[in-house]
Amino acid sequence: MRTVLVTLLGALVLGAVLLAATGANPLEAYGAIVTGAFGPDGIQDTLAYAVPVVGMATALAVPLRAGMVNLGGEGQLVLGAISAIVVGSHVPGVLGIVAALVAGAAAGALYATVAAVCETRLGVPLLVSTLLLSYPAMSFAAYLVRFPMRDAGSSLPQSEQLPPDVRLPALGSVTVGVFLVVAAVAVFAVVDARTPAGFEARVTGWGPRFAAYAGIERPGLTVRLLACSGGLAGLVGAVVVLGFPYRFIDGALITPQYTWIGLLAALLAAANPLGTLVAAVFFAALTSGGFAMERATQVPRELTAVLQAVLIIFLAAATGVLRKRRNPA
Amino acid sequence: MVDAALFASALGALAPILFAALAGALCQRAGVFNISLEGTMLVGAFAGVAGSWYVGSAWVGVVLAVVAATGYSLILAVGHVSFGGDAIVLGVAINLLAVGLTSFLIRTVFGTRGTFSDPALQGLPDLDLGGIPVLSGHSLLVYLSWLAVPGLAVLLYRHPWGLRLRGVGERPDAAASLGVSVTRYRYGVILAAGALCGLAGAQLALGNVTLFSENMTAGRGWIAVVAVMLGRALPYGVLAAAVLFGLAEAFGFRLQGIGLPQQATDAAPYVVTLLALFLSSARLRGRTPT
Repeated sequence: MRTVLVTLLGALVLGAVLLAATGANPLEAYGAIVTGAFGPDGIQDTLAYAVPVVGMATALAVPLRAGMVNLGGEGQLVLGAISAIVVGSHVPGVLGIVAALVAGAAAGALYATVAAVCETRLGVPLLVSTLLLSYPAMSFAAYLVRFPMRDAGSSLPQSEQLPPDVRLPALGSVTVGVFLVVAAVAVFAVVDARTPAGFEARVTGWGPRFAAYAGIERPGLTVRLLACSGGLAGLVGAVVVLGFPYRFIDGALITPQYTWIGLLAALLAAANPLGTLVAAVFFAALTSGGFAMERATQVPRELTAVLQAVLIIFLAAATGVLRKRRNPA
Repeated sequence: MVDAALFASALGALAPILFAALAGALCQRAGVFNISLEGTMLVGAFAGVAGSWYVGSAWVGVVLAVVAATGYSLILAVGHVSFGGDAIVLGVAINLLAVGLTSFLIRTVFGTRGTFSDPALQGLPDLDLGGIPVLSGHSLLVYLSWLAVPGLAVLLYRHPWGLRLRGVGERPDAAASLGVSVTRYRYGVILAAGALCGLAGAQLALGNVTLFSENMTAGRGWIAVVAVMLGRALPYGVLAAAVLFGLAEAFGFRLQGIGLPQQATDAAPYVVTLLALFLSSARLRGRTPT
């Protein structure tokens, strides 16, 4: 925890130097981020942004707990979203909402399972199989909303809107989907801390060889963790498209970088469930505050992306130093 | 005629991936899993455009790209080799930092957002090799990327550095006990990989096109990581993997010509690469049953 705070301070100092170098006042810029993220206007934006980021961070933290990196979150997210649209536009009413959410989760889970099987059966490392499978999924969704599923009344690559009865009720800037994401975090926290399954994952994260010695069957664990991870990513995709603007727009799930910011948050928290939640909300606030900072001070909002990445670099280096100090070679 | 143009453009598109894949192979042989190729290439592309724009010479741009990318790769060298940070975590962060940093700089340096291009921006000149079809008409960097393949092979297998470097990768403890500095060799390969990624970025932004746009590497660095894996970090293996990817891309364009949508062909290189990985790992397992 102390390491995280020290590295956070380091990243902020570096960011201040960068700000000063571009001729901006660092304190003013940071102040604009805070008021932008948590001020009366900004808090709604922050919440709306935090829901998918927290969801993706949790999704990616599940396998990361066992030291497995799922780099295919974008593909799983997009497939979940497009599946939810397909089901949601054919099944009416509350049943349609439930079916769409289930379809989204199932699509994501299935796709991530394919990536897991690539590692366990076909000898392609998970890091690569998840990443490589991500691109065809995004292309497939891009194709669907350009041709078969295209909204005929629009020139944009987007699907038609879901019927009004197949939409998640809105709560301010978010939908009731926020409860699903919170529930997912809670389930992850309980399973992680209280169940044998969670313990197996953590033991594998501490040391794969020790885990194998302890009788934990890695291929099965890989498939289960990836299915949960992809399922959650798909659910996040479904939750997003069942909220405003109630349709799948090509690129709308990729451009805001939900997946990558979520991955950074999970890395920052070492995949600890509650830590991931806090880190993801923090990153979401930083990103949404960045927009306000840009409006107030003309400093490009990309500064916040720089801060996030620098923070992780510092943390990775600091963790390495601590590990070295604990077991000197 | 169309075919020749098609393959010629595939060769140009191949060069950045080839440079980055050779960089990855070099690191792999010294025991460093370098997934920061994507971000380092992006920094190189930005620096190349900035250098070419301010001085008015594409070659100054290339030099600046190499310098900037090498400097940028210091993050991985210091973070991983000196501090012992996890290479994958660092690599992911370094890639995202490059996207953020170049998007930040395109605003502050060029005052635009998204894409920077200008008629005055100097690109790399095409060389005319006596008008040989397909092979002729690329920038010097494209030919350099081909020469880099035998170059890496010679370095790895015919030079004492290569022997020590492979030793560092295969048995760091043994190499260290023979007096080879693991730290120094790993710094060396990471910085050299940075320089190669700088060339990749320069070719991308000043050779293939003459502009810089946000996130313009668009996954090429990741393809290079996969090419290293598919080519088992062997110089000619990596070349074959990169060519396979380039052909899949060119074949994708061909399919587009007969009416397949672009989205289907966009996915082709990734699917082909994944299939090639299946086949190569299945063949390997057939040879060494466990």
